[in-house]
Formats: sequence, structure tokens, C-alpha cells
Amino acid sequence: MTEANGTSVSIQDLSLNFGAVSVLQTLNLDVAEGEFIVLLGPSGCGKSTLLNCIAGLLDISEGRIFIKGKNVTWEEPKDRGIGMVFQSYALYPQMTVEKNLSFGLRVAGVARDEIAKRIARAAEILQIEPLLQRKPAALSGGQRQRVAIGRALVRDVDVFLFDEPLSNLDAKLRAELRVEIKLLHRKLQNTMIYVTHDQIEAMTLADRIAVMRGGIIQQLDAPQTIYNRPVNRFVAGFLGSPAMNFLDGQVEAGPVFKTDGVSVPLDRYVFDGTERPTGACVLGIRPEHIAFGDAAKSMPFSASGSVEIVEPMGSDTLVWTKLGGRNLSFRVEAERTLRPGDPVQIGFDPVRASLFDAATGNRL
Amino acid sequence: MSDQAVTLPASAGAVANRLEASGPRGPKPRHVFSRRNIFLYGTLFVVAVYYLLPLYVMVVTSLKGMPEIRLGNIFSPPLEITFEPWVKAWSTACTGLNCDGLSRGFWNSVRITVPSVLLSIAIASVNGYALANWRFKGADTFFVILIVGAFIPYQIMIYPIVIILREVGLYGSLAGLVIVHSIFGMPILTLLFRNYFSSMPEELFRAARVDGAGFWGIFLRIMAPMSLPIFVVAIILQVTGIWNDFLFGVVYTRPDTYPMTVQLNNIVNSVQGVKEYNVNMAATILTGLVPLIVYFISGKLFVRGIAAGAVKG
Amino acid sequence: MSKSERPNPLFRNLNAKIASIPMILTASVIFVGGTVWTVFYSFTNSKLLPRLNFVGLDQYYRLWATPRWLISIENLLIYGAISLVFSLVIGFLLAALLDQKIRFEDTFRTIFLYPFALSFIVTGLVWQWLLNPDFGIQHVVRDLGWTSFTFDPLYNSSIVIYGISIAALWQGTGLIMCLMLAGLRGIDEDIWKAARVDGIPMWKTYLFIVIPMMRPVFITTLVIIASGIVKVYDLVVAQTSGGPGIASEVPAKYVYDYMFFAQNLGQGFAASTMMLLSVVIVIVPWAYLEFGGKKRV
Ligand SMILES: Nc1ncnc2c1ncn2[C@@H]1O[C@H](COP(=O)(O)OP(=O)(O)OP(=O)(O)O)[C@@H](O)[C@H]1O
Ligand SMILES: [Mg+2]
Repeated sequence: MTEANGTSVSIQDLSLNFGAVSVLQTLNLDVAEGEFIVLLGPSGCGKSTLLNCIAGLLDISEGRIFIKGKNVTWEEPKDRGIGMVFQSYALYPQMTVEKNLSFGLRVAGVARDEIAKRIARAAEILQIEPLLQRKPAALSGGQRQRVAIGRALVRDVDVFLFDEPLSNLDAKLRAELRVEIKLLHRKLQNTMIYVTHDQIEAMTLADRIAVMRGGIIQQLDAPQTIYNRPVNRFVAGFLGSPAMNFLDGQVEAGPVFKTDGVSVPLDRYVFDGTERPTGACVLGIRPEHIAFGDAAKSMPFSASGSVEIVEPMGSDTLVWTKLGGRNLSFRVEAERTLRPGDPVQIGFDPVRASLFDAATGNRL
Repeated sequence: MSDQAVTLPASAGAVANRLEASGPRGPKPRHVFSRRNIFLYGTLFVVAVYYLLPLYVMVVTSLKGMPEIRLGNIFSPPLEITFEPWVKAWSTACTGLNCDGLSRGFWNSVRITVPSVLLSIAIASVNGYALANWRFKGADTFFVILIVGAFIPYQIMIYPIVIILREVGLYGSLAGLVIVHSIFGMPILTLLFRNYFSSMPEELFRAARVDGAGFWGIFLRIMAPMSLPIFVVAIILQVTGIWNDFLFGVVYTRPDTYPMTVQLNNIVNSVQGVKEYNVNMAATILTGLVPLIVYFISGKLFVRGIAAGAVKG
Repeated sequence: MSKSERPNPLFRNLNAKIASIPMILTASVIFVGGTVWTVFYSFTNSKLLPRLNFVGLDQYYRLWATPRWLISIENLLIYGAISLVFSLVIGFLLAALLDQKIRFEDTFRTIFLYPFALSFIVTGLVWQWLLNPDFGIQHVVRDLGWTSFTFDPLYNSSIVIYGISIAALWQGTGLIMCLMLAGLRGIDEDIWKAARVDGIPMWKTYLFIVIPMMRPVFITTLVIIASGIVKVYDLVVAQTSGGPGIASEVPAKYVYDYMFFAQNLGQGFAASTMMLLSVVIVIVPWAYLEFGGKKRV
């Protein structure tokens, strides 16, 4: 079906049920050749399930899956041209690293010197040459994960599937390997589908992020778009740390956003549609988009309040105040010494805010 | 405490000094002969003697001559050690028409146990693996029947099996008994292997599938090599279980293919002739020797085996 | 559009199905088929060979009118009650003793458990010897001067089943102790610490906190003991062959003797059906308690 636009993986109307439980519902996803797609979502939303469907490890209930234009819906995992990296590494404990890497090739009956060549290449790329004769138990977490990536690498596949490959590692190693995976992608230019619930991984690695919830892709877009223009309240709240502030209120003609004694002019806000909605809605604004002190005064919207709580985070400080009776957090430089009770002036530009329908949660 | 006091401010130091003057200090003294310990070890010791006594009596009886047994006390050590009862039990004691001792039963038991253990474990391990990793429709139904079947008294299935074995011409043969042991070992072993394979990380199995290994490839090259302990547990379970079996031996074999337990019972409980208690005890020890050796060698694994076999029955 | 065919569902997972053939055959032919067959033929008057001559419940009427069967049932009940109570109590006490962080724990455990490695035949014969009135314990005590001492359970019809139970307990309590010990070890250390901080005496901690927490272990153990009780056969054969007279007969032996010696298959089938029934009575409530409430297998 695929046009020759270089679609690498195409998922059409995919549904999957475990008995009566429907985990994925008529899901569609097209991944371009060489693209790095991140599936992001809370625990239990079906990310791993989707990945396992693509790999052929789960039998799907409905729909079709194409890889490189070939319908692989009923193919065995090994025939799909995929390599997979697992969260728990899934290294065969009784085999050395070298045997781990070559297992798939040996099963497929690849010639000995070809196996050696591919292992040498993978080992070089991942810098695991000194580890080849060790057993997995004698490796550190980071080294194990490299070997696991190597196992996908030697198979010379078109599509790499990663299922939370870094979540068993500590924060420092995670940051290191994140960079390595990015470099690897740049070098290999393979299609990669990467599952995580870590938004930093998602933001830094992805060409496009698919935010999932309850087996449905909520938004599929470039990281910046998802961050700045979330399609609904769930996506807005899920991405960003510290989380976006939400204020319940009304949109009134003008247009202007009103809540308990606060009114935010929305002239500069870019509405999704052409018509101007009115009624109950939620205004979302990220802490880092709130200006403070003198800078706030020049913003289209500004208000004054007092500091409630101060949370120093090292690089900067999160300050909580109240706006229209609701808690609101904003970021200030770490050097600023604010104390609870201090008066503050805050403000923001509504162009950076997001408005959501109160009932549906969709972006207005 | 005094170390701490040094670092305390002066006023607190004064208090600490006063506290330090008397009272316990350093490690709490441990009384080896406390009432608790005497009671504890005393009880355990008495119970241990009770458990060991039968073994002791068996051994000393088997080393005495008949005259000494008639006159003496079963607990007294032999005045004159003789190995004759052992030799007789092994090679000349009579059961029915055969007078070649327990050796016949021993070899029968070996020829029953070895293939039964291998066959039952082969069947159950592959089956447990299929149940754990390759679930197919209906598999669970049969599995539940299998497990429930383990609780059904054998007596109710004995006769239909006699008929089946007779139909295929294996009734009375060692091969028939091997099949019976494989059948009745299946519930517990399948459960054991299924639970073990289920507890292995699913991702490992998935990785192997992505690597292109199939049903047998994953079993032989990934799962089985990782499962040596559970295979050992299964072997222990089966060797002792099959060696100790009596019922199936009586029902499904003939006098010349009787396993050791059946032969032992026939020797000891035969009504003809003079009772030779020393020979009986020697024969009894000989029969118990194989499982005892397995038990003492395997130690912790044996415990694990029976616990695994027993838990979630 | 695509060339790949949807595989025939029968051949999907074919290897797994092949590997399960022994299980499928055993479950359906032997366990279900065999049970149904025996129950079915228990309504016939089969003698030497199975015959389809239906006589209704005749075999059962005769069974319940046979003194030997009645004694068997009575023995089974006594033996069962003794086994259950004593092996649970002794097994738990031994486990609790071993759980006191004692030295030589492994040695003691090895000693308590070794009889379990022995067969019932061996166990029965040893205890037959120990309880032999002419040479065994009775003889030894009399030699010590107490000449009227009597301890001959295997030769006294009214207490023979207790004599058999002694041997059974010697053989089986080690297993129960091991299961209990595993259960005790599975209890969170912090429970003990909390009880100690609260100043609760040890025996109270066991009675009111630990034992209730070990409910699953007790249930499992109970099921194991119970299913062993119904099967008791070899022990009796080795120790007394059912004697003196028919005083120590048990149902399993009744079944075997009627099927293979008395050439009265119908009686054997009826008796084994009754055994099945007794197991069902024990198992069904347990299965209901274990699996009934929650929906999982
Ligand atoms: N074998 C199964 N049977 C029934 N339900 C299942 C099965 N496997 C997964 N599920 C359910 O499917 C849903 C999605 O699971 P999945 O593993 O895909 O989540 P996930 O997004 O990967 O979560 P996580 O971030 O925790 O890994 C969950 O609600 C889970 O309970
Ligand atoms: Mg997951």
C-alpha cells in the first residue's frame, strides 16, 4: 500500500485485546525511513504492547503492520527485519557476550567469518571489544545495555525497537547512554522506535514523539510542537517538569480569560480553529514561561501576589504563589533569595499559554 | 558511651560522666547455658535421638548374628560384627521361587528408575516450557485437569491402566511400569517446570524469538541451560519417588520384574521359614540406601525439591 | 495485497501442541477417562473381568455391609485425624524451634527430614521390628525390670492403627517441618522486630501474629497431608498386612485386594469410587476457598 515516500513502518487500524481488555484501539502510525520515533506515556498505556506488536511478539486482534512496504502482520519476529532492545537487557546469562551477539546469526546459519565481521563492527561501534569473552553477570548495567544494543546491531536490520532501554540504569549512566544512542542513530540512520516514560529522553532523542494514553496516540509531533502546543490537557500535563500550571475559568468575548478576579487578555493567543469559543475552559502556562519582577510588568498580563513556598532545585528555584485562588509555580534563577511572604510581581505572554476546553480537555 | 562523652559540651559531659559510673556497658553478655538454650537444645537433642534411633537399630541389628539377637537387646551394639546378613540379603535370600536375594530387585529398580526419571523429566520439562511460554488455546484446561488429577487416589485409575497396558502388550513389563511412572510423575513435574519457566524473565524469551530461535531452539539453547538447578531438583524428586514406589510395582510387574521395595516386603513378610531379623534389617537398609544417599548428597536441593513439589500442589 | 497467508489456527504453535500431547493424553485418557471408566463399571457386577452387567448400586450396598470396609473407613479416620493433628503440631513446633537462630540448624534439619527419603515399606519394616514385642521396645523395657510392661501396638487389634500412625509420623513430620520452616522464613523480619519493641512475648507473637500470617502455608500443608492420608497403603502392607485379622485394613488395600486377589472387580471399583468421593469432599471446599473468591488459575 505504501507510496514510495520512504515509509519504514506503517501501522494501520491496529487493535489488540487481552481477553475482554482492549489495550490498543484502532491505532495508526506511520514512521518515515530513518526517523527516530519515541512512544511516550504513563505506565500501562500500552507502549510495550505496541512495540511487541510491531516486533511480532504478540498476536494482534485487528489491523495490519507494514515494514518497508511489506505486510508483516503474520510474519515471525525474525522475518520482520527488526532488532529489539529490552529494558531488562534480556542477555542470555549462560553465554559470553560474543555468543550473545552471535546467537541470532548462528540460528540463521550465517557463515562464520561473516559473523566475526559483524561482531567486530558492532563491538567497535559500541566499544565493547574488551568485554567479548565475559558473561553478562560480569558486566555493569551500562555495559549490559550496550551488549543488548549490539545484539540488535549485528542483525543488520532496518528497524530498531527499544523498550525502555535505559530505565534500569542510574541517572548518570542514563544521560551518557542517551547521548550514545543519539550518536548511534546519526551514524546508522536506521529507523528507531523507542519506548520510554522519561520525558527528557523523549525530548532529546525524538524526531517525533507519540504521546500515548489508554492505548490511543494522543499527539504525534515534533518535540517542540508537543511541548509548546499540546493538543489536550493530558499531553500538556504529562510533558514538562515541573508541570504546567492550570487555571480553571471562562473564556469571554474579547477574547479574555476570566477567573476569580483575574482576567487575562487573549488577543495574542493563537486559537486552534477560526471561531472564538466561549465558556468554561482551563488555561495552562508553564512555570518557565512566567516572568517575574520587572520583566513581568512589561508582559501583556501581569499580577501581583506573595510567595507561598520556595523550592530550590539547584540550577534554579521554583516559587509557588497564588493567582486567582489557585496555586501557581514559576521559575527564578537560583541566586534569587525569596522568602515566603515576600511580595512578587508575575506576568506572562498569553501567546505561550495553552487553552483547553474544560469538558473535553482539547486545545482551543 | 565514654567516647561520645568526650565530644559532648561540658555540661552534657558532666551528666554523661555520672551516667557512666555504673550500669551495663559494651556488648551484652551471652549466657551459653541460659535456661532458654538448655531447653532449646535439650528438646532438639531428644527429638533428634528419636529420629535417629530406628536407623541405629536397623544398622546394629543387621550386624548381629541371630543368636545374639535372640538373647540381647535391640539397642545394644553388636558384640561380634558379622556381615553375613548383608551378603545373604543381597545374594541368597528367597522370595517365592527365586533365591538370588535382593540383587534382582535392585537391578530391576535401576532399570525402572533410570528410564522413568529420564522420560518423565523430558516430557514434563518440554511440556512445562510450552505451558509457560507458548500458551495455546485449551492448554490451561488440560493443565488444570492434570493438577487436579494429582489428588485423585491412584486406586481409581489403576485398573483402566492395566487394561490399556494389556492391550498394547506391556502389562507386566518394565516398559509398562516406566510409562506408568511417567504418567503419575507428570502433574508435579509439569507444575514444577511450568512455574520455573514462568518465573524466568519474559523478555529473555522474546529476545530469543527476535533472534530467530524457534520452539526447540529456545528450549535447548536458552531455557534448559539456564535451568540446571530445577532439573536437579526434578531428578532428586523422581529418583526417590520412583525408587520408593510400591503400589505400581506390585500392580504392574511380575515376580521376576518386581522392583526392590516389593521384593523387600516379600522377603521380610514371607510366612515360610524361620525369621532372620538380621537379614531382614540388612535388606531394609539396602533398599533404603539409594534414596538416603541421594538425600545426604543433595542436601539443600532435596529440601528445595520437596518444597517446590509441595507448595501450590 | 500481501502474500503471507493467515496460518491455519490448528498449526499455529504446532510444536507446543506436540510437546503437550503426553499431557493431553494423560489428562484426558488416564485421569478423566480412567476415572469415568472405573466409576461406570462400579455399577456392574464384574468379577474376574470387567463386564457390562449393570446391577445399580448393589456393589455399594454390599460394600457398606462389609465389616472389612467399615473397619477400613474407621481406621482411615483415626489415622487421618492423628496424622493431621500431630504432624501439624509437631511439624510446627520443630520448625519454630529450628527458627530460633540455633547452631547446627542444618544438622538438625537433616536428621528430622531423612526418614522422608525412605519408602513406606522401609519405614514400616523398621517400625515393625522396633515394635516387635519379643525383641523390640517392650522386651527391652521388661529386661530392665518392669516385667508387666506392655507395648505391642502391632499385635493388639484395638490399637494397631495407632502403632501404624507412629511410623507414619516418624516418616512424614520432617516434611511438614520443612514446609513450616519455609513459611516462617517467609515472614517479614520486621514483624519480629515490631513485636519485640512492643514487648509481646514470643509465644503470643507466634500464636496471634505469625500463625494467622501463615494461613496459606497451613492450607497447602493440610492439602498435602490429606491427600497422603487417603493413599496410605504400603505402610500397612509392610507393617501388618492388615492384621491382626482385619484390624488394620485401609481402603486402598481393600481396593487392591478385591481387584487383584478376590477377583471381585465390581467391589474394587465401588470402593475406589468411594475413595474418590472422599477426596472430592476434601478438595472441593479447599479449591473453592483458594480459587473461588478471586478469579485466577
Ligand atoms: N498478557 C497480558 N494480559 C492482560 N493484560 C495485559 C497483558 N500484558 C499487558 N497487559 C495490560 O496491557 C496494558 C498495557 O501494558 P504495557 O506493558 O503495554 O504498558 P506500558 O505502556 O509498556 O507500561 P510500562 O511503562 O509500565 O512498561 C496494561 O494495562 C497491562 O495491564
Ligand atoms: Mg512497558
